[in-house]
Amino acid sequence: MMQTLSLAPWLVATPLVGAALLLLVGRLSDRWGHWLGVLASTATFVIGLVILLDMLGVAAEDRVGVHTTASWIDVGPLQVDLGFQVDPLSMTFVMLITFVGSLIHLYSVAYMSHDRDRRRFFAYLNLFVAAMLLLVLADSYLLLFVGWEGVGLASFLLIGFWDHHLPNAVAGKKAFVMNRVGDMGLIAAMMLMLATFGGVDFATVLGSADAADQGTTTAIGLLLLLAACGKSAQLPLQAWLGDAMAGPTPVSALIHAATMVTAGVYLLVRSGPLLEAAPDAQLVIAVVGALTLLFGAIVGCAKDDIKKALAASTMSQIGYMMLAAGLGPVGYAFAIFHLLTHGFFKAGLFLGAGSVMHAMDDDVNMRRFGGLARLLPVTAITMGLGWLAILGVPPFSGFYSKDKIIEVAFVGEGWRPWVFGTVALVGAGITAYYMSRLFFMTFMGRRRWATELAGGAGRDGADGDEAPVRHPHESPWLMTLPMIVLAIGSVGLGFVLNAGDRFVHWLEPVTGHAEHHEPVLPIWLIVTLTLVLVVLGAALAFVQYAVRRVPTTPPPAPALVRAARVDLHQDDVNEGLVMLPGRVLTRSLVFADRTAVDAGWLGLAGGVGRLGGRLRSMQSGYVRQYAAMTLGGLGVIVLVIWLVSGQGAS
Amino acid sequence: MIEFEAPVIDWAVLTPVLVVLAAGVVGVLIEAFVPDRGRRTTQIVLTLAALTGSLVSVVLLWDRVTTEGYAFVVDGTFLLTPFTLGIQAVVAVLAVLGVLVIADRTRTGQDAFAPTAAAVPGTTYEDAAREAGLQQTEIYPLVLFATGGMLLFPATDNLIVLFIALEVLSLPLYVLCATARRRRLLSQEAAFKYFLLGSFASAIMLFGIALVYGFAGTVSLEGALFVLVHPESQVLEMMPSLVIAGVLLITVGLLFKIGAAPFHTWTPDVYQGAPTPITGFMAACVKAAAVGALVRVVFTLAAGLDEPLRRDLEVGLWAVAILTMLIGTVAGAVQTDVKRMLAYSSIAHAGFLAVAFVGFSETGAGAVLFYVLAYGLATLGAFAVATLVREQDADGVVLGEATHLSQWAGLARRSPWLAAAFSLFLLSMAGIPLTAGFIAKFGVFSAAVAAGAWPLAVLGVLASAVAVFFYVRLIVLMVLTPPTEESEHPEHVEDGAEPAAAGTSRADDAAPADDAAPADDAAPATGTLTAARATLARASVVVVASRGPATVAIVLCAVGVVLLGVVPQVALDWAAQAATFRPLQP
Repeated sequence: MMQTLSLAPWLVATPLVGAALLLLVGRLSDRWGHWLGVLASTATFVIGLVILLDMLGVAAEDRVGVHTTASWIDVGPLQVDLGFQVDPLSMTFVMLITFVGSLIHLYSVAYMSHDRDRRRFFAYLNLFVAAMLLLVLADSYLLLFVGWEGVGLASFLLIGFWDHHLPNAVAGKKAFVMNRVGDMGLIAAMMLMLATFGGVDFATVLGSADAADQGTTTAIGLLLLLAACGKSAQLPLQAWLGDAMAGPTPVSALIHAATMVTAGVYLLVRSGPLLEAAPDAQLVIAVVGALTLLFGAIVGCAKDDIKKALAASTMSQIGYMMLAAGLGPVGYAFAIFHLLTHGFFKAGLFLGAGSVMHAMDDDVNMRRFGGLARLLPVTAITMGLGWLAILGVPPFSGFYSKDKIIEVAFVGEGWRPWVFGTVALVGAGITAYYMSRLFFMTFMGRRRWATELAGGAGRDGADGDEAPVRHPHESPWLMTLPMIVLAIGSVGLGFVLNAGDRFVHWLEPVTGHAEHHEPVLPIWLIVTLTLVLVVLGAALAFVQYAVRRVPTTPPPAPALVRAARVDLHQDDVNEGLVMLPGRVLTRSLVFADRTAVDAGWLGLAGGVGRLGGRLRSMQSGYVRQYAAMTLGGLGVIVLVIWLVSGQGAS
Repeated sequence: MIEFEAPVIDWAVLTPVLVVLAAGVVGVLIEAFVPDRGRRTTQIVLTLAALTGSLVSVVLLWDRVTTEGYAFVVDGTFLLTPFTLGIQAVVAVLAVLGVLVIADRTRTGQDAFAPTAAAVPGTTYEDAAREAGLQQTEIYPLVLFATGGMLLFPATDNLIVLFIALEVLSLPLYVLCATARRRRLLSQEAAFKYFLLGSFASAIMLFGIALVYGFAGTVSLEGALFVLVHPESQVLEMMPSLVIAGVLLITVGLLFKIGAAPFHTWTPDVYQGAPTPITGFMAACVKAAAVGALVRVVFTLAAGLDEPLRRDLEVGLWAVAILTMLIGTVAGAVQTDVKRMLAYSSIAHAGFLAVAFVGFSETGAGAVLFYVLAYGLATLGAFAVATLVREQDADGVVLGEATHLSQWAGLARRSPWLAAAFSLFLLSMAGIPLTAGFIAKFGVFSAAVAAGAWPLAVLGVLASAVAVFFYVRLIVLMVLTPPTEESEHPEHVEDGAEPAAAGTSRADDAAPADDAAPADDAAPATGTLTAARATLARASVVVVASRGPATVAIVLCAVGVVLLGVVPQVALDWAAQAATFRPLQP
């Protein structure tokens, strides 16, 4: 039994108090508010660390605990407690969220130093941390949903943080609305759970999942997948993530790379026992993961916006995690493992991108970067390490996590291992290409910008258009320090956690022990193929973007590239498939409402009015008439009784 | 020589009624002996004390009656069941609140009653009485007598006592209706109509009692039923239709009193013409008492009759319920006068109450108890608010009540609290959740559904939906419509909805009866509707401050409406406990 279980509520309360203070004290806390935010986040990390150390000190079977603070909802059949689920899975997330979160808080102190609303920014960040921790610590789907909505709110507020610029506000709204679609899935899933299992807490639902009808579990599984797709930007609810890059870069790093977008994976892994009772839903999850994996990778190849390229990469990497989660218990641990390593290296890459933008006057167009390695050495090295990690080059951390997913994708019978395995394999190659493209376009090759020293507005000979004037400089230590720490994680985390399958065993109390299955191809062949594809992809990118001249405007390209540049027409598809029919539907409903419903009611009201007028004229004021009505009424009643009963009886 | 055996009378069970009637007698003596100055105060204190005493004795009797099932005096002449006691409690509570409104003189220093109600309107005698500052404190004993009748009304098995109770409660009300300080002609007209039609209904009822007696040889309702179902004991053989006609006529007399259609015709005219505090008192207390008596009679009949006759009774109640809900809501929707609108609302509520009768279940009786309390609080509060919204002439002299709907436009801006309270009462009458009215309607309709009368419940819900229209319209008028626009053009609201023929007698009387626009202006006395409207348009609307009692009553009603709506369980438990009757003796 863990001693520190009762500390769990403080994990949520601490950042929540931070957020409340920052919002309530207001402008008075402008001067020190950001440090309060950092303090709240760090304190939460320390609390989490204490619980983690305690958990490591007890036997594996004692590592799962629920701390119930109070009864939350108690109405008839619905009983929900305010309970906190503390186990290896939730603690993995707690450490990721608070550790990366604290680093990003620190980074933001410098990154947002010129912003008038820095305090509000930190309030939202703290709010996000609190909601995210509630999401992963909740012991019921309903409490999880509170956190789920909380992170959605924080995400909305932070994407649109600079809402004086209209596209940012639009992006925030887009993310919010698309997330609502997923949320409906979670709500409907909870209704089904309540109807099927009589409760929404994990113990009840997951404990009796295999006893339930398979049709029901499949429905619940698919609804949970819908929720996960909304939150984790998976097909078909992926379109918001690219636009979400409108938020400040630390937000992109924390929320839209490391933590919130992975909440869908958490939800599915947490619901593991339920999904195992629904093999069809699992297959759909794997398919969605595989498709998104390719979708994100293809889009990532064509993006010139450094943040959007990274966002596409995030989408693709979460596709890997979903694929693993859809493969059943054999994949859960690797899904979470990849989630963890991805959290480190992708956050590091985003912070690096932020540092580059900081140096380049907030420009995000990689076609105007180039040759920055010498000017931004720390950024280049940390991003380089993150780059190698995401490529899956041994011994960087991505190698251990992604390679395992590719391996388990090849496990199984029939067509599945071949399809999923091939997709995962090809995805690794494309990942290598677009991430190398990003790295080379930014740090290598020729400078596609100018400095005043080099003769003011210089010319880039090839295209003849004017190169922008920039003064690249390395970021302050407050920004580089978190990047360095994350880079160290990108390098070593995978190796440390993989040694002796440590991480897999660590998660076993939650995910259960998975039997080892042999892939359909020998492991050495899979690893070799992966590495060959990675090297090929990287080499292609090197030739195209480091050796050859990079045009500063997107060159004419084949149809696929043009489609990838506009996110494979995702917005057009959404508009055509959803918005247009939706608009037609609402218009016709409004029309029907006006012509049919309103007219009907107005007619009815008119009828009531006319009838009332007639009744009123009967109310003449003459007593004789009143008395006659009384007597006549008596006759009418007798007549009614005679007609109804007398007739019926005879 | 006939040996006379003195009956054993259990005086204790009579206390709730006796206290009130005795206080009424004392009140008459006070009129004779207490000097002018202290008379009004003494009367108010006595009235409130008597009503409170009655309430206390009801509470004291509670345990005994609920444990024993019933209490009995002289062969059913006085019969106290838990249900009767419940009705008595409701009547006593509502009467206390009603008296508070009656006693309020507002900051104008005038109560709602004529200095001398006997004076012919517009005479010098009347002017003299007014200048002398006379006041009519007899209203308090009258209220006590009426209340005594109401307490007795549901508490008897003896049809003669039932009739006496009816008259004891009605006669003071006829007088009270005629005592309005303003619009005297309208008031007297209302009283006279009420008297004529009330007598008519009493006669119908008495005729019914005579038929029952003629058939069964007894004036005990239960006795008559016994005879009906045991043919061997019949005095007049082969004529059971006599007793059926008899109970039908008795029921009609009671339906008249609760204002159920088609016996409702008196309600709008009387409610409009009576002094507003009396209207509130009547609407709340008389309704409760008459419903109590009706439930007692109807439920006893249902328990005693055999199946086909019981079915006939049910059909009759269905017809009455449907007709009443329909007329109350539909006619209510086209009213332009606040008091008339509330009168039709009262009719509609009689219909909703009748819905709970079908099935003759104890659930239904409990729902009825809760309903009369909820409705009584709301309607009493609403009429209390109506006493405070007044007209004012160009010199700033406060006139009578501004009852035209258009004059209530924008009230929320001038008196937000008053308008909020009034809105609350209207919402409760409409049956909006979190108010008492919702729980009450829910109880009534679910009782009907439980009895299998779901079409009636559906009709009830539909009628409620129509009724929401005219309640909410008034709220919209008070809150959203700017005052000047509406009060300068009252015709706007009429919108041609009122045909010229409708209510001519009312409208013709309304103008001259306004005694603050004195008789020196002869034109309005014979004026047309248009002239009356012109008068309306000239007068501005003002909200007079209460001297306290009315405010207390309004606040208590509002609190009650909210409490019964938000935490109804205590009252529901109480109503369920009270909803038991004395089983018929074999």
